[in-house]
Amino acid sequence: MGEILNVSGLVTKLRNGARIVDDISFSIRAGETYALLGESGCGKSMTALSLLRLLPDGVVHAGGEAQLDGVELFNLREREMRDVRGGTAAMIFQEPGLSLNPVMTVGEQIAEVLELHQDMGGAAVLQRCVELLVQVGIPDAARRVTEYPMQLSGGMKQRVMIAMALAGQPKLLIADEPTTALDVTIQAQVLQLLRDTQNETGMSLLLITHDLGVVAEMAHQVGVMYAGQIVEQSSRSQLLAKPLHPYTQKLFAALPSAARIGQPLAAIPGSVPPLGSITQGCRFAARCDKAWALCNEQAPQWTVVGEGQGVRCHLYSELAAGSLLSVAKSENLQGESDAASVGYPPQVSSYQLLQVENLRVHFPIRKGILQRVIGQVKAVDGVSLEIPQGRTLSLVGESGCGKTTLGKALLQLITSVADSMRFAGQDLIGANVRGQRAAMQMVFQDPYASLNPKMRVAEILEEGMVALNIENNSAERQAHIDRLLGQVGLARNSKWRYPHEFSGGQRQRIAIARALAVSPQLLICDEPTSALDVSVQAQILNLLKSLQQELNLSYLFITHNLAVVEYLAHEVCVMYLGRIVERGTAEEVLRSPKHPYTQALLSAVPRIDGKGVERIRLEGDMPSPANPPPGCYFAPRCAHAMDICRASYPPATKTTATHIVHCHLHGDGLH
Amino acid sequence: MSFMPVMLWSDVLVFLLLAAGIASAWYVRQREHLLLPWRRVAESATAMVSLLVVSLFLLVGLLDTLHYRVALPEKNGGVTVFSPEVLSVFDKLVTTLRTQTEKTYSAPLAVTLYAKESITDAQGRVLRDYPRLRYGGAHLTAAQQQDSDVLWRGLTGVLGGLLVGGLFVGVVGWAKRSLPKRGNGGHSCPPYTWRAVIIATLIIAALIGMTVNLAAAYHVLGTDKVGQDVLYLSLKSIRTGLIIGTVTTLVTLPLALLLGIAAGYLRGWVDDVIQYIYTVLSSIPSVLLIAAAVLMMQVTIDTHPQWFETSASRADLRLVFLCLILGVTSWTGLCRLLRGETLKLRELEYIQAAQSFGVSTLRILTRHIVPNVMHIVLISLVMDFSGLVLAEAVLSYVGVGVDPSMISFGTMINAARLEMGRDPMVWWALASAFGFMLVLVLSANLFADAVRDAFDPRLNCTEVVA
Repeated sequence: MGEILNVSGLVTKLRNGARIVDDISFSIRAGETYALLGESGCGKSMTALSLLRLLPDGVVHAGGEAQLDGVELFNLREREMRDVRGGTAAMIFQEPGLSLNPVMTVGEQIAEVLELHQDMGGAAVLQRCVELLVQVGIPDAARRVTEYPMQLSGGMKQRVMIAMALAGQPKLLIADEPTTALDVTIQAQVLQLLRDTQNETGMSLLLITHDLGVVAEMAHQVGVMYAGQIVEQSSRSQLLAKPLHPYTQKLFAALPSAARIGQPLAAIPGSVPPLGSITQGCRFAARCDKAWALCNEQAPQWTVVGEGQGVRCHLYSELAAGSLLSVAKSENLQGESDAASVGYPPQVSSYQLLQVENLRVHFPIRKGILQRVIGQVKAVDGVSLEIPQGRTLSLVGESGCGKTTLGKALLQLITSVADSMRFAGQDLIGANVRGQRAAMQMVFQDPYASLNPKMRVAEILEEGMVALNIENNSAERQAHIDRLLGQVGLARNSKWRYPHEFSGGQRQRIAIARALAVSPQLLICDEPTSALDVSVQAQILNLLKSLQQELNLSYLFITHNLAVVEYLAHEVCVMYLGRIVERGTAEEVLRSPKHPYTQALLSAVPRIDGKGVERIRLEGDMPSPANPPPGCYFAPRCAHAMDICRASYPPATKTTATHIVHCHLHGDGLH
Repeated sequence: MSFMPVMLWSDVLVFLLLAAGIASAWYVRQREHLLLPWRRVAESATAMVSLLVVSLFLLVGLLDTLHYRVALPEKNGGVTVFSPEVLSVFDKLVTTLRTQTEKTYSAPLAVTLYAKESITDAQGRVLRDYPRLRYGGAHLTAAQQQDSDVLWRGLTGVLGGLLVGGLFVGVVGWAKRSLPKRGNGGHSCPPYTWRAVIIATLIIAALIGMTVNLAAAYHVLGTDKVGQDVLYLSLKSIRTGLIIGTVTTLVTLPLALLLGIAAGYLRGWVDDVIQYIYTVLSSIPSVLLIAAAVLMMQVTIDTHPQWFETSASRADLRLVFLCLILGVTSWTGLCRLLRGETLKLRELEYIQAAQSFGVSTLRILTRHIVPNVMHIVLISLVMDFSGLVLAEAVLSYVGVGVDPSMISFGTMINAARLEMGRDPMVWWALASAFGFMLVLVLSANLFADAVRDAFDPRLNCTEVVA
């Protein structure tokens, strides 16, 4: 098969001369998926935008060639280029909510592409729009065509985006993090759709992602990008079996999983250097533990290692005589660490720090002039949970299932109702809230929004102590702040800086230090790593783990990332539409899930080991908590739904002493 | 004593503002991290040049704020009697401009009046010609010498101004170099900032020198209907404009800031009440509201003449009340902006983090919300400044503005209404008011912009922690 896209020596510069895409060469064959893998700030998106000549102001194409279907892209005039965009090459973006025009119907937006690139008109356009929507799996397409984007869910919007991209019958589809903003189950649907479409139309796919799981599932060829360069290129199987570049190896090692429980993750120190901050030598040298003098002096050349496999590293160039040796050594290390994994740590008997029974958070829906309450959004609907001292309870679920609301309700940031709520033996209901503030703290999702940009680090850390009268005077507080910064691994002189001077990972460390400042016993972590890169995520997870051992902290870990759950959690609760559907120890829930929803959730996670897990596809989206379906909330999406499921909500069923599931499938035998 | 200092109400407010400004500058000076953004301001050429211009305006305004009454030569039974006329230090400095009034209109730098009149010459014949001015170009024997005289005086003035300006720059530069560097020593303005400031200083010095030299013999910007020097009127208007711009802010700011962030943060009934208040207030035509309030105040003032010793204090009180009324009616826009911004901020996670520490509401408002809306406050206040100066002009036009005896841009623009309709047109009064206002508002805007940029931490990554 011929090559659809052939890029050689692509260079993109900022106006000040910094090279943000530096000498990138790759090619994509027809019907193939090429994945650009890398952390944020590596220049992946800039590469794609360079190819479509859609670079933002201040960024210019500075060299290199790209042939798309035999046409040299950089020689085209702007008018001809417009035919390419959306015609030969189409692009879909990360945030489906922002890529559709909210004041045009879905049909109008697709029709625009058809009229431009397919010379269609009249009734044929509408018919083709419906066909396209059917093709991307949108039910009731004839009606959806006349709807506005706000009437669609996130997964539907991304499908519409794909339909728009397909409308021009492109030979190359560029997908820039197409599933990053979506839930795992929706992500699985969209990835499946992309694969199916590719099989049908034979188009090529340039997939930009930071997720190794997505790469393992989708790609034929992979290019690993770091700081504007492709540092390694190989086929998927080769990459997964034997990553060559130290960066790729580290990326794999930094992934949390059950196999690594009880040992720190191999975090890459530091973070990706800002684009264009070119230094002499290898760009990864500063973070690489295999670097030697040469790496800092001379930039490594592209070295072809095997067929279709190349790497940019001194370890593999002819200059390094002992290359094989070091590869062997690194594999050895890998082996050792595998051997060291001991599975789940033994159960430690400890008392229940937090016990909550039947917690409910209902938001009233008001309507009309008199603001009468016409309904309730049951964001959290009767949740009971216990968190033992020094343990981690993980709360898993898709977005919108009420995880974060539950966390905030526990902190009393949102008013809630509960039958009982006991913390360390004390009743929280009706108690003085302020007195309990110090005992529970929260680490938020977005480290960029959780620190006040106008306050310095010391002031941020001091605030809680002042509010809760911890430490008597300013000098003691300052000493405490120094200790805290040491605990979370920040330099002491960072005290007097503003948050914007820190990277995402460092900011999350500050946020953790802020929570620790008041010596809490329970830390509620609301997706603390979802905004961070894989390598930085590993740093933060290591930190949380060591803090737990050091301070005997309990965590309520709210996340949608099941790999993190496997690594960190002792117990797991799975939430669906405001209710807990399954709970048990991590091993029970993740190894032998009982609830169909948990099973679907687990199977939807892309695995890097590439093992063919039988996929359970969930249809549709989560229903609205304002209007939950009758009976079991999951019944409309469940493959095993029975008549009783649509009639009554299943009661709790104990399958083992610790494992509880709400499902009629398991109810009969044991009750 | 040959004079008695007079403290008018607006003077008190100006001095309070000044004291607050000096106190906060002193406070900031003691704290390195608060000083840092101001250092960045000092590094911006635009900021420093506009600051130079603004401070010249402020200087004129301040000099015009030091009021006094001179003692009359006659004594009344041994008690010194003071003149009923309230003068300011600025008036004293420009006595010639103030006192040398012509009969009526004359063009800038003219030696004759603007309109022909019947003149009886020495022989008793009646001619129709442009009569010579009493003061403008009075030293010239023939009107034909005017061009060369203006050129000569202008040039010498420019040279003199440059000399003084150069001397000033030299002294400041020498003082800066000879003084030992304080603090961490690593900080100094980049050279291009200094170059810009020096050039601006020299240009301004040359302009002032030229004006001063010409004003000694001519009416540089012409005269108005009653023969008053327009340059004098424009300079006197600066104080009125500054007071309307700043004292009104004193009223608007607390109202808008307090109500805006309270509505946005507390929500619930507080939000409802505040929203209803400002929606109602902003749906009443503001001119109507202001006119009603001003007319009521005017009646009160007119029926109580015994409250005021001098006409100046009466005019002044009217100005202060005008500021109050303008302030009470114009806070709604800023309040609405701040409410919206606070609604956005209160959902941010650092606010929730503070709530989970049990930080008090007042502290959250002052530590977290206020600093993060300050950029909006700063920009909209400076933008409002020009709007307020213009509002004063509009109100004076309707007849509810400042006291007719008070000189302001508004009264000047109002007078220009008739002057523009004349044939030939009298353009210089309007042009001067326009020019002075433009320079004042533009430099204030530029300065505020630079300050906002310097205070935005996202634009100022000083050093990235490794």
